Amino acid sequence: MSLETITLDHLPSSHEVHAVLFRDVKNAPFLHQQLLARNSDFEYGLVDASVVVSRLQLLSAVFKATLTAVNGALKTPNVHSEIVIALNSSSNIADSYRRFGISPSTKDLIAVKVTFPAEDGTEPLTSEQIWEHLKANVEGEALAITDDNISAATDLAKVRKYYKLNGLKWLDDIKDEKLKLKEVETLVIGGMALRGV
Amino acid sequence: MATPSAEPAAAQTHHQFPLPKILEYPASTPPTLITQGAEGRLYRSTYLVPDLPCALKYRPPKPWRHPTLDQRLTKHRILSEARILAKCRRDGVRVPAIYAVDETAGWLMLEWIHGGPIRARINERLGKRTEGIAEDAELKDLMRRMGAAVGKMHQVGVVHGDLTTSNLMLNPSPASADSDSKNFLDGEVVIIDLGLASGSTSEEDRAVDLYVLERAFGSTHPRAECVFSELLDAYRGMFKQAPGVLKKLEDVRMRGRKRSMLG
Repeated sequence: MSLETITLDHLPSSHEVHAVLFRDVKNAPFLHQQLLARNSDFEYGLVDASVVVSRLQLLSAVFKATLTAVNGALKTPNVHSEIVIALNSSSNIADSYRRFGISPSTKDLIAVKVTFPAEDGTEPLTSEQIWEHLKANVEGEALAITDDNISAATDLAKVRKYYKLNGLKWLDDIKDEKLKLKEVETLVIGGMALRGV
Repeated sequence: MATPSAEPAAAQTHHQFPLPKILEYPASTPPTLITQGAEGRLYRSTYLVPDLPCALKYRPPKPWRHPTLDQRLTKHRILSEARILAKCRRDGVRVPAIYAVDETAGWLMLEWIHGGPIRARINERLGKRTEGIAEDAELKDLMRRMGAAVGKMHQVGVVHGDLTTSNLMLNPSPASADSDSKNFLDGEVVIIDLGLASGSTSEEDRAVDLYVLERAFGSTHPRAECVFSELLDAYRGMFKQAPGVLKKLEDVRMRGRKRSMLG
């Protein structure tokens, strides 16, 4: 099973995070359609992997969205759409969906599910149930959420544009590509943390 | 919801204050109170995963203030510090990176800077020595790196507001960590605690920053006062307006930190 259950620090233990990466997704238009139709079976954070640079960036968005949900301060319908807008460094919601969410042309896709006990006491889905559903509905090669798998999908030019990182001379001057990516990650996470404030 | 009680004794002594809500949720390592300032508290914790240490800067509610005003002030201060840090970071000034912000809850989660404050490093270096300090090449080199760091910050349009050798950290590079016997004062100078910082490019504000550092340096490391000129000298070369700032510094020395004679 490529779906990973991740425990994040400083979140209530009632909340669990499940995530997986799909490479070369063939049915993105179908998945996108399910979101537009608000099909509750497809309540996932569906992130276009080309705008993600690392696992830490993704987890930062998940952390922020889940914490917002716990605090009862969601700006969008649910924690999963909140993950998508948490990736944006500005506060325009429609823009966030367009840039960071799944689109019909998405190739590589990250799917995140945050589970927690519902208010009416229904048990949350198990990781096996989530995996069965994803496997049956996403046509793509499932991979673990690792930095290597993510960076194979990253479109750095797009990342630098979306996070306004162009024209930073000191950044361009870094020769070591690994170090440069780390600095980009840091700036991206900082931009996300400060979104619109 | 309790934090893991692996070290109850230590936790007891450290957590004399109620923890901020965010730190009550489970984490891979229990949070430790590092220091307490006039306005806030600093905890060491981890961000998201066990191997990424972070600093949590928390401004608790002040019961003596009106709740609405308290909320507004706290929010404003958290955000202004976060914005300044983000600006510095974008412009290539070495300050802690921002991981997460919750201005309503009053906290800021930042990169953990390894190493210690330069104040401690200089004091260790000086020990009981009284001679040869003015010829200490490694110490002088550190002073120059401090001057460069402050100059870089001023260059991008930020003044610190509380520059001391406690607010400058010496972050050992991974390479020097293995061979620390070689140069004790090696490492990158990181500017921390920008809680009083603001955006300014005025000669006056920059000169006051230097003046505060000079005075703080003189009282914390009186025997090393002779090497402070190294810092100013390195500062001079950092940006075009620096010589003007140093000229202004002479005026500020004559009159003190406050320009007006009020307050």
